[in-house]
Amino acid sequence: MASIRCVDLCKTYRQGDAIIKALDHVTLEIDAGGFVCLSGPSGSGKTTLLNMVGGLDRLDSGEIAIDGQRVDLLGKGALADLRLHHIGFVFQAFNLIPVLSARENVEFVMQVQGVPTRVRRRKALDILREVGLAGMEDRRPAQLSGGQQQRVAVARAIVSQPKLVLADEPTANLDSVSATHLMELFRELNENHGVTFLISTHDERVMRHARRLIRMRDGKVIYDEVQVSC
Amino acid sequence: MSRDSGLSLPAMSRLSWRYLWRNHRRTVIMLLAITVGVWAMIFMTALMRGMVDKMIEDGIDALPGLVQIHHPAFRDDPNIENSLPAPGAELLEALASAPVAAWAPRVKVPAMISSERDTRGVTLLGVDPAREIELGFDPQSVVAGRFLEGADDQGLVVGRKMLERLETELGKRVVVMSQDPENEIADRGFRIVGVFEGKLPSQEEQWIYAGLGTTQKLLGMGGAVSEIAVTGGDFRDVGALHAHVRAAVGEGAEVLPWTELDTYLGLMLGVMDGFVLVWIIVIFLALSFGLVNTLMMAVFERIREIGLMQALGMRPAAILYQVLLESLMLLALGLLLGNLLAVATILPLRGGIDLSMVAEGFEMMGVSSTLYPALTRKDLVMANAVVIVLGFLTSLLPAWRASRYRPVEAIAKT
Amino acid sequence: MTLNLRMAWRNLWRHKRRTWLTVTAMIFSNVLLVFMISLQFGSYEMMIVNTLQTFSGHLQVQAAGYQDNPRLRTSIPAIESLAQALQQTLRETLPGARAAPRAAAFALASSERRSFAIQLVGVQPSAEPGVSTLPGLVTSGRYLRDGGDPEIVIGSVMSRNLKAGVGDEITLLGAGRDGSFAAGVVTVVGVFDSGSADMDRGIAEVPLDWFQDAFAMADHGNTIAIAVERLADVPPAVRVAAAMASARGDEAGSLLVLDWNDLYPGLRQAIQADLFSGWFMYGVLIFLVAFSVLNTQLMSVLERTREFGVISALGIRPRKLAALVMLETAQMALIGLGVGLLLGWLVAQYFNVHGFSYPGMEQIAERYNLPGEMYPRVTLGTLLLGPSVVFAFCLLAAIYPAVRLFRLRPVEAMRAA
Repeated sequence: MASIRCVDLCKTYRQGDAIIKALDHVTLEIDAGGFVCLSGPSGSGKTTLLNMVGGLDRLDSGEIAIDGQRVDLLGKGALADLRLHHIGFVFQAFNLIPVLSARENVEFVMQVQGVPTRVRRRKALDILREVGLAGMEDRRPAQLSGGQQQRVAVARAIVSQPKLVLADEPTANLDSVSATHLMELFRELNENHGVTFLISTHDERVMRHARRLIRMRDGKVIYDEVQVSC
Repeated sequence: MSRDSGLSLPAMSRLSWRYLWRNHRRTVIMLLAITVGVWAMIFMTALMRGMVDKMIEDGIDALPGLVQIHHPAFRDDPNIENSLPAPGAELLEALASAPVAAWAPRVKVPAMISSERDTRGVTLLGVDPAREIELGFDPQSVVAGRFLEGADDQGLVVGRKMLERLETELGKRVVVMSQDPENEIADRGFRIVGVFEGKLPSQEEQWIYAGLGTTQKLLGMGGAVSEIAVTGGDFRDVGALHAHVRAAVGEGAEVLPWTELDTYLGLMLGVMDGFVLVWIIVIFLALSFGLVNTLMMAVFERIREIGLMQALGMRPAAILYQVLLESLMLLALGLLLGNLLAVATILPLRGGIDLSMVAEGFEMMGVSSTLYPALTRKDLVMANAVVIVLGFLTSLLPAWRASRYRPVEAIAKT
Repeated sequence: MTLNLRMAWRNLWRHKRRTWLTVTAMIFSNVLLVFMISLQFGSYEMMIVNTLQTFSGHLQVQAAGYQDNPRLRTSIPAIESLAQALQQTLRETLPGARAAPRAAAFALASSERRSFAIQLVGVQPSAEPGVSTLPGLVTSGRYLRDGGDPEIVIGSVMSRNLKAGVGDEITLLGAGRDGSFAAGVVTVVGVFDSGSADMDRGIAEVPLDWFQDAFAMADHGNTIAIAVERLADVPPAVRVAAAMASARGDEAGSLLVLDWNDLYPGLRQAIQADLFSGWFMYGVLIFLVAFSVLNTQLMSVLERTREFGVISALGIRPRKLAALVMLETAQMALIGLGVGLLLGWLVAQYFNVHGFSYPGMEQIAERYNLPGEMYPRVTLGTLLLGPSVVFAFCLLAAIYPAVRLFRLRPVEAMRAA
């Protein structure tokens, strides 16, 4: 579990002639073990915020600390290590390496970490079973449905037991049944394993599951409330 | 900080191999190009090398010998007064030991040969036939009659063209005239006992062979000779032989390796090495454009995945190695196929490529008209090494660019 | 059509680096080809001219049978007047033509201390410089003069071998035309250095008049050497000479005209062999470049599958799409052609002025009677030959990708990634 602290984040992009304020003085705190949804229309800044927390992009100004460690001050190598060991990512699309099978995709991060073969193979198979993909380990992404691919991505994101999972519109390409399954899986991980979740979405089904909902618009936080989920 | 932020070699290799075949059309085309390029490098080199080697070997046989001993003034003035005394004990001992494989004393003087119908200027060679054969004279080249049977054989062996020019025949008599040490004409009748065919027709018109003893007697030379030809070892590496002979010969004589006896031949060897290298590099350059292009395209297609891998914690250096590995695999595969193809096309040609169509042209260049390809280890190694090393360097740019992608830009390129 | 041209052009530059790499490959090979081909042809020209200029001339008139078996008695009667007549007739159509009569025999040459067998050639001192460079290569003393004096010029190697220089006497012994004993004493007036060891060692020249006397030739000789301005003039010269030769020939055996191919069969073959090996190498280069183009265009087509699907669905025929791809290839190839030609021309011109040579070349060239540097022959032909073939093969290479478009099915295509 990891706590996240963001102080006065600012980021602007150029797109052609226009200047876009992706993050406009955003300040928020998330406790360890939190299950937070970021919602808002496209361009509201949710993806940008996620990228910043995950160390994929650089702020113009502001501070981010994960478990007290200043992410915005880390160098490229240290950021890579941070992502490798402590953060799991689930993207909206293109989560998987197409030339590797489901199992190999899940094993990928562990391989980079240096986990021995037998251990990581066992872990990969276990986690795939947990997400309901037993028997499909050797299929390539092209041979899996959108929902199945997403589940492999989740498996990969959590297999190395990260403290924090950042998910960017994880249900965008899923049908209702798959989406619900995915969210249940997330909740289960959060409640039983204490993994902090920060999910950006504008999918109603996802927002319903959140314990805390933060709305963003035009780079600003406009709503931040704890809610009871069903 | 983790202890290992990169994939192990087998894992990386697997990834690279799969990426290689991701777009198999493109890979196959590139592979084909590399294979053909490598084949061309090796095949052409073998042909050129074969031609030059043959030319040099024939040239050395014509000298003959890898090393020759002369009177210091003989080469400038090939006259009987510039003769060597018969070899002394020390020299004989040196000539009987390694690295000498064979040696032959010879008399070589300008002479005139006359038949009933015509007279020609020639070079009279007084030889010891057994030694001469050891030194490279091909007994098969005597196409009619026989070669000499001993140093005191009384017969004469002439070239086929000479027979035609003199309008005479095997078995007939001719007169050979030359100069003795007192500057008097010495002449003698000989019967033609053999006719030889030279590798180059000019040899047939220039040389006539008589026994060494017979010639020495004719010219009143005693035991003197014009030159001593020595052979042993590979022509490419004549230093040891030369030093060995030179040590045993005193100040009174000149000892020269073939590279100085026929500077043209010696030069050919070095020049050919240069040609081969240039040819290999030119081919590689032609390939390199396609190689860089292929790699760049492959990397460009994978931008998102590269971003993903970086997001997952793979370091930029690891990305660079992965792309490099991919390229090296492609090159290695192409090299393998190219080498195999080259060997497969060269082996059946071992018996020689018949070029009698352009025989006279080759004669002009001093080459016999059958071309034997020669595949040397050195050339093979050079071709492969150039491809790997230059290929590695060429791949650095695309690989480096791949590692420079920033995850966000990469992923955002949806 | 112009829309197509513009579209093709813009499509090319969607992937600047890829296009540039492919074009650069073409330019590279074009420059190389222009340089190598012009050098190759330059060296042939030189080889031919040098070989012929030194002594033999571009064509010769000989008595039948002389070329295969050169005997003194296989001769041409009234040779001097025939040579003069030939020269006059030739000059009617070929102003620069020159003809020189000669006779040749083996002789034993003896100086005070040495004897050697040599090839003795009787020449007309005033006519000879027109067909041979030898008179101009005299390094000490002078060349022969008209008048039939007992003079001789010998080569530098022969001078060394005979230990005889300008002013020394040489005794010549041989067999005359009628089989009688031929002898004479001549004085060395000049020593020449042709650069060819064979020539400098084996040939000596005396005045034709003296030769005819000493060898009982009467007015006969053995060959008439003819030189023309350009290689291209040889065939018409052969025709004229042949007409005259057949007219004269009835008197004592026929006369033949031999051109340089007959005189030096090896020369043409040597050139052919070299051309052949050259083209093997060029072929490989062209092949590799064509493959580069194939790869690029194939990828370019495959990438645009969806786009082509859409266009196709809009009703444009595959024929037009294929034409588009060919047009793109042609534009790329034109750039490669143009720039390659320009750069190649510059390189060739540079060496045209400064000469091209590699280490060791000078000694090798000496063997073939060539100067120690090569000069490329820069003509429209040698410039265009290589790049045009490259251009053609690049277009050919693009056929496969273009043809694939005929198999395009719009709906599937649009669904492609």
